[in-house]
Amino acid sequence: MKHTISILVENHAGVLSRISGLFSRRGFNIDSLAVGRTDDPEISRVTIVADGDEHTVEQLEKQLNKLIDTIKVKTLSHKELLPRELQLIKINANPQQRGEILTVCEIMGAKIVDISANTMTLEISDTPAHLMRFEELIRPYGIKEIVRTGVIAIQKGSDTIKK
Amino acid sequence: MIKAAEAMVKCLENEGVKVVFGYPGAAICPFYDELTHSDIRHVLVRREDNAGHAANGYARISGKPAVCIATSGPGATNLLTAIATAYADSVPLVCITGQVSTDQIGCDVFQEVDITGAAEPFVKNSYLIKDASQLPRIFKEAFYIAGTGRNGPVLIDVPVDIQQTMIDFQYPEKVELRTYKPTVKGNSFQIKKVCEALKISERPLICAGGGVISAKACDELRALAEKTRIPVVSTMMGLGIFPSAHPLYMGMLGMHGVRTANEAVSKCDTMILIGARVGDRAVRSPKFLAETTKIIHIDVDPAEIGKNMHVDIPLVGDCKHILQELTEKLGSAERADWLAELSEVKNTVPKEDETEGYVNPKMFIRKLSAKLSENTICVADVGQNQIWTCNNFQFKGGRFLTSGGMGTMGYSVPAAVGAKFASPDSEVVAICGDGSFQMQMMELATIVQEKIPVKIILMRNNRLGMVRELQTNLYKDNQTAIHIADGNPDFVALAEAYGIRAERVCTMAEAEAAIEHLCSSKEPYLLECNVWRNESTL
Ligand SMILES: Cc1ncc(C[n+]2csc(CCOP(=O)(O)OP(=O)(O)O)c2C)c(N)n1
Repeated sequence: MKHTISILVENHAGVLSRISGLFSRRGFNIDSLAVGRTDDPEISRVTIVADGDEHTVEQLEKQLNKLIDTIKVKTLSHKELLPRELQLIKINANPQQRGEILTVCEIMGAKIVDISANTMTLEISDTPAHLMRFEELIRPYGIKEIVRTGVIAIQKGSDTIKK
Repeated sequence: MIKAAEAMVKCLENEGVKVVFGYPGAAICPFYDELTHSDIRHVLVRREDNAGHAANGYARISGKPAVCIATSGPGATNLLTAIATAYADSVPLVCITGQVSTDQIGCDVFQEVDITGAAEPFVKNSYLIKDASQLPRIFKEAFYIAGTGRNGPVLIDVPVDIQQTMIDFQYPEKVELRTYKPTVKGNSFQIKKVCEALKISERPLICAGGGVISAKACDELRALAEKTRIPVVSTMMGLGIFPSAHPLYMGMLGMHGVRTANEAVSKCDTMILIGARVGDRAVRSPKFLAETTKIIHIDVDPAEIGKNMHVDIPLVGDCKHILQELTEKLGSAERADWLAELSEVKNTVPKEDETEGYVNPKMFIRKLSAKLSENTICVADVGQNQIWTCNNFQFKGGRFLTSGGMGTMGYSVPAAVGAKFASPDSEVVAICGDGSFQMQMMELATIVQEKIPVKIILMRNNRLGMVRELQTNLYKDNQTAIHIADGNPDFVALAEAYGIRAERVCTMAEAEAAIEHLCSSKEPYLLECNVWRNESTL
């Protein structure tokens, strides 16, 4: 079962390695990890998507809370979750294919951010499921390279991680 | 403005540190240079892990974080086993390591090792100081973190150039950590639930672990048990909490424990785990307990609750507070039948045989503990010697130390040295095997040089006995890599070479005479007991 865990931490050196070390030590595979600062420059927010059963997640939350630099840990349920991921894709595209690709991008909500004689670079930001569908649609053209940021997530409605 | 190295010393002084254990090297020399201007006593060990174990013994006896010091690179890596040992047993250490100069970090220069990285999995927290002005705050935090909540080791890595930097020194009065706030008071709703469960229980049992000792809550535990007449078993780390002879005390539970304790565990209807983390050696599998047994788990570390076992009533907080509150809230009770049932098993002492030409280690430890004064600190190493000690030492009110969580061979002698520094008036006895002794025998030098009169009992069975027993029982007695007889030195001559009085005994009669020598001696003393090679722990 996939879990999305949000962690607020003090922006100190070594924090990220402590967090990722904790996951690997407790036998928890990380699917993705995204990190960036929050409105307070001293606080970073880490979003981790990982696989594991309920008991393991509970243990992990407790272990994460034990790290001295941890401010708040919250596992967001799928119902309250608003997940987003950004993806850049470079595909083969000759001048004849450009129009067709443009249509796919428009329908799927992707942008064209760069272009060369025989490639196009596309950008899309959406839920991981939507990104997968887009990737499938674009695959036939020949994918040269894909970069993903990893999932970040926020709660729906007025709730925040601090609540 | 003062040098940061001087500030380090001042930080220790501000924390009330009287003794530190260490081993120098280039990267920590500025600190050592400044230490000479202080009243803090430095104990030079003979290997860095022993500095950690000595600090471990000191911390457990003094009840405060203790300090060990090593240089960068190999000094720091030698310290790792001691850090992990302290972590496993929740012992408060502040470990200070020297580091190469900040501009060289990451260049793989001479004696550079990423020690905060290497120690990461088994420190409570660690710091690599990159800004000298932060040093006082970091020291303050380190002591605070090590010695509060669930205690544990904290590592401070100080690059050599940082030690030389001039800083404004002011020791902070308090720590400001928005993230770290250990729970002290138990949740009142949960406390009520515990009380209710205990009121209806017919066969309750307290299982006390090392956390009770860390919380300095032994008196509180005893008050609760005596008022409510609830019998008590302990984990290995909890040994000594209750006097062995106390009518409510049923011994050590677990894989290496005694029958009374294990029967109590399997027959109780409600078990209160307190300051115990349900390690696999204590409660091997939840099946060990009846399915209907209600589990109450009291611990300062929420992560321990429910980790290895299903818990019915979790209660997070400081043992001392919680025990006081429970004792107030619970009425006195009588549990005559339940206690009688357990006492019957307890009072059937198994008969021990003597083997000609050998000292029976179990009888020996009973006799020894009967002769030792009440406030004796007994330190057991790891192996059969440890199990013999745990199950036969008659605790009267002193302390028991061992490496329970990690099972680190070579712990006993350095830990005994540390314990003796913390409590110079207590008799301190280290009990070890011939294998484990050889992992720490360089510390005889420290004992002599520092004039620290610890007593050492060496159980020579010419085997790595614990592993031999395992091979006998689980590997069809295919004994391999456990024979040490051919390399064993003459231990008496060895001790004497250091100037330590030593004796060898081969019969119980000789052993009894030697016990008298040990107890009356004011000097360091080593006693080698000739133990039969096939003696078992059971
Ligand atoms: C550092 C370390 N290495 C290996 C072990 C595994 N081990 C556990 S008990 C034991 C044998 C101990 O032998 P000895 O010290 O002679 O004590 P005895 O069991 O014979 O009393 C060994 C090798 C350990 N616990 N610690």
